[in-house]
Amino acid sequence: MTEEKSLSIANPHSGIDIIQKIGVALAAIGTIVLLIAWADIKISHHGALLALSITSILLGSIIYGVRTYLTVPEGIKNNNVWHSSFTNGGVLGWLAGIILTGFYIELYWFPSLLGLGADGAKNTGIVALFDPLSQFIKGQPASQWFVYGTIYTLLILALGIKFMLKYRHNRYQLIRTIVVIISQLFLAYLIPEILEGLNTKGGYFAKDLKYMWPLNYYFFESWHLNNMVDGGNLGKFYLVWGIFSFMIATPVITYFVGKRWYCSWVCGCGGLAETAGDPFRQLSSKKVYAWNIERWLIHSIMIFIFIVTCVVLYGYFTGSDTFLGLSIYSHFSKPYGFLIGSMFSGVIGVGFYPMLGNRVWCRFGCPLAGYMGLVQRFKSKFRITTNGGQCISCGNCSTYCEQGIDVRWYAQRGQDIVRASCVGCGICSAVCPRGVLKLENGDTERRDQPISMINGKIELTN
Amino acid sequence: MAHIVIIGNGISGVTAARHIRKMSNHEITIISGETKHFFSRTALMYIYMGHMKYEHTKPYEDWFWKKNRINLAHNHVKTVDFKTKTLKYLNGDTLQYDKLILAVGSKPNKFGWPGQDLDGVQGLYSYQDLELMEMNTKGVQRAVIVGGGLIGIEMAEMLLSRKIPVTFLVRESSFWNNVLSPEESEMINRHIREHHIDLRLETELKEIIDDGSGKVEKIITNTGEEIVCQFVGLTAGVSPNINFLKKSELETDRGILINEHFETNIPDVYAIGDCAQHKNPPGERRPLEQVWYTGKIMGETLAHCICKNKKAYNPGTWFNSAKFLDIEYQTYGWVYAEPKEDEESFFWEHQDGKKLIRINYKKESKEVTGMNFFGVRYRHETCVQWIENKQTVDYVLEHLKEANFDPEFYKKYEKEILVKYQELAS
Repeated sequence: MTEEKSLSIANPHSGIDIIQKIGVALAAIGTIVLLIAWADIKISHHGALLALSITSILLGSIIYGVRTYLTVPEGIKNNNVWHSSFTNGGVLGWLAGIILTGFYIELYWFPSLLGLGADGAKNTGIVALFDPLSQFIKGQPASQWFVYGTIYTLLILALGIKFMLKYRHNRYQLIRTIVVIISQLFLAYLIPEILEGLNTKGGYFAKDLKYMWPLNYYFFESWHLNNMVDGGNLGKFYLVWGIFSFMIATPVITYFVGKRWYCSWVCGCGGLAETAGDPFRQLSSKKVYAWNIERWLIHSIMIFIFIVTCVVLYGYFTGSDTFLGLSIYSHFSKPYGFLIGSMFSGVIGVGFYPMLGNRVWCRFGCPLAGYMGLVQRFKSKFRITTNGGQCISCGNCSTYCEQGIDVRWYAQRGQDIVRASCVGCGICSAVCPRGVLKLENGDTERRDQPISMINGKIELTN
Repeated sequence: MAHIVIIGNGISGVTAARHIRKMSNHEITIISGETKHFFSRTALMYIYMGHMKYEHTKPYEDWFWKKNRINLAHNHVKTVDFKTKTLKYLNGDTLQYDKLILAVGSKPNKFGWPGQDLDGVQGLYSYQDLELMEMNTKGVQRAVIVGGGLIGIEMAEMLLSRKIPVTFLVRESSFWNNVLSPEESEMINRHIREHHIDLRLETELKEIIDDGSGKVEKIITNTGEEIVCQFVGLTAGVSPNINFLKKSELETDRGILINEHFETNIPDVYAIGDCAQHKNPPGERRPLEQVWYTGKIMGETLAHCICKNKKAYNPGTWFNSAKFLDIEYQTYGWVYAEPKEDEESFFWEHQDGKKLIRINYKKESKEVTGMNFFGVRYRHETCVQWIENKQTVDYVLEHLKEANFDPEFYKKYEKEILVKYQELAS
């Protein structure tokens, strides 16, 4: 089969019509405004320009989505995914990946390049563009994190709406996406930013209710614990909530419904992956060797954060800066924050969407996903059931599994899929042309053997 | 330890090989001229449509075969000498076998239409057909598909994904109405037209006209209409791919004739899958079954016959599934286009015209004999149990929601369905 080497983002065979082009152009204008500001080209009227940028990205995505999906009968829309170099890991994908990665590198390590004013100096560049919005929401100039949070939320909103248009026939996808958008918009963005603005006296602590340890790797660091303890009732609430949520709520909810309640319903990383990252889900590797890397890597990181957390708690309770003669900061907190918190979850996790798929971090790195994965694998009602002998081994389920699970391997054996990494996005079930897969929380035993039908009925084999 | 040679690396041959390996230490060789590795034929359409690449259609990674000591020969068998148990390849090489499994699959039907061998005219069955279709459809302004069955509608969907206008010739008065009941068939007619496919019912191909360079220029239908097109898809069914065996002592009819243990008339030679023709098909099943899961069952059962004790082919209650563009279809038990004399039929259709449920049952006993589901998913195991346990239609409709297999949060229609049934009954 000859490979399609098209440079077009759009479907190379159909082209896109004028209304779709208007949508793309609008979103592009909004993006160009951001890029101009990023390039630190002198601009004025920040408030108006930012409003223009946000509105046109939002409106453009909606126009494009409405025109693309509502003009055709509802159903699966994966035509030409592997023909477009944007979505098949081709040139355009790499280009997007490099730009994204560059943004993340500046965000984490060179915020001054984004225009963050050092030591109280005025912001410039893209950070200055967001000053008016930051002033409005929390009465402070913007930081690079405010810029990031705003763009992040905007992407989940705009591309989440596009996703809902694409899957309008699938109520699981609709409800899940509404929840993920609301979680991001309110829990992760508006409420924390507003609280931050009201609570200017105390030190910073994380105010995203669902951003729990160990995904929030600094939760137990001394400065963070101190800021919560000193943060009045609000701080104390977040301290208690933070401990309750990972110790009690997480395993209990995961027992009943699987880790999907978090990973594909409320998590911010998951939210971006499911919306902005949806066009790249097919790029995850389904090979067994990738699964082996996954198991080693994610569990190593879990052990890593567990050790780091024990050590910082030791430091907190003893008041010591060192552990066995090693500096707690430079030998424990800092390496984890740099390698995992910034490099892995940020730069690689999102920057590499167009090369490695949209769930690199969630699959290989996230210690919270790893923790819930163990619950899901060994003690949960959640499973994906397969429908008897209906599987035709076509491979759509495996191809579109963002977590790289070879779903077909189970489905064609008639075996339930019980995997630690499944985030329950439900796309395997959606793309199956034969109605074979169903995400379920069942009371029955999970069927862990293949079936055989040679005796005229469906029987379990050993 | 015997050398078991399997011709054909489709689902039947590969399933046989896998189960023989599980149960024995026999040497196993799978021969295919089509592709080196097993891929899912049912997914060919998705490669063309860009949903997947070829590599995604391979259910096992390439290392699987070596690890499981299954030899793969990427070669074409030209002849079989059953007396000396020797295969001869197209390139002249030979291979000895102790037991031979013929799982050679099908080829598209061509009914002797004038012009059927022109460039731009083809069927769709093999990987090579897919490559050909990729080539044949470049720059095409209009395509014509001949034959209103499952491959025909798939091919139409494929062409639509490339925005190629399609004219779809269907001999019957409604799409697939030799299998589907009128309401179902009409629903699919509507859906085909909703996708802007030019559906021509009761229309047959008469002739394909050459443009002078050996390529298709247009077709002429049985009504005399000329349709200009650059591609013609012939999708009027498939038949066993057994020409290379026709002159041998192997007993064939439309397919290779086999008994319930897949034995042909020649000792140590078996046939499974599309190419096999059952002399005594079980139940109401047809002698030729070109279905994915029956290939699997045949392969696994044959492995038992060879490695353990003889087992008869027993596929159980009929079931199947398909997808007509966006409408999924599942069927359990037998639902004939026209209910049998002693049967009655209940159906419910959703107002959106894309969901339909039909339950056929015996007039006297009310035992359910078959169910059709369109646009709503139901559990294979539960539906088949109802049929096997001779549950009544009342019981099934009251319990229907237990078999619902739609994703969570989907609207449920079982109440509405039950109400309709009760209204009709009273």
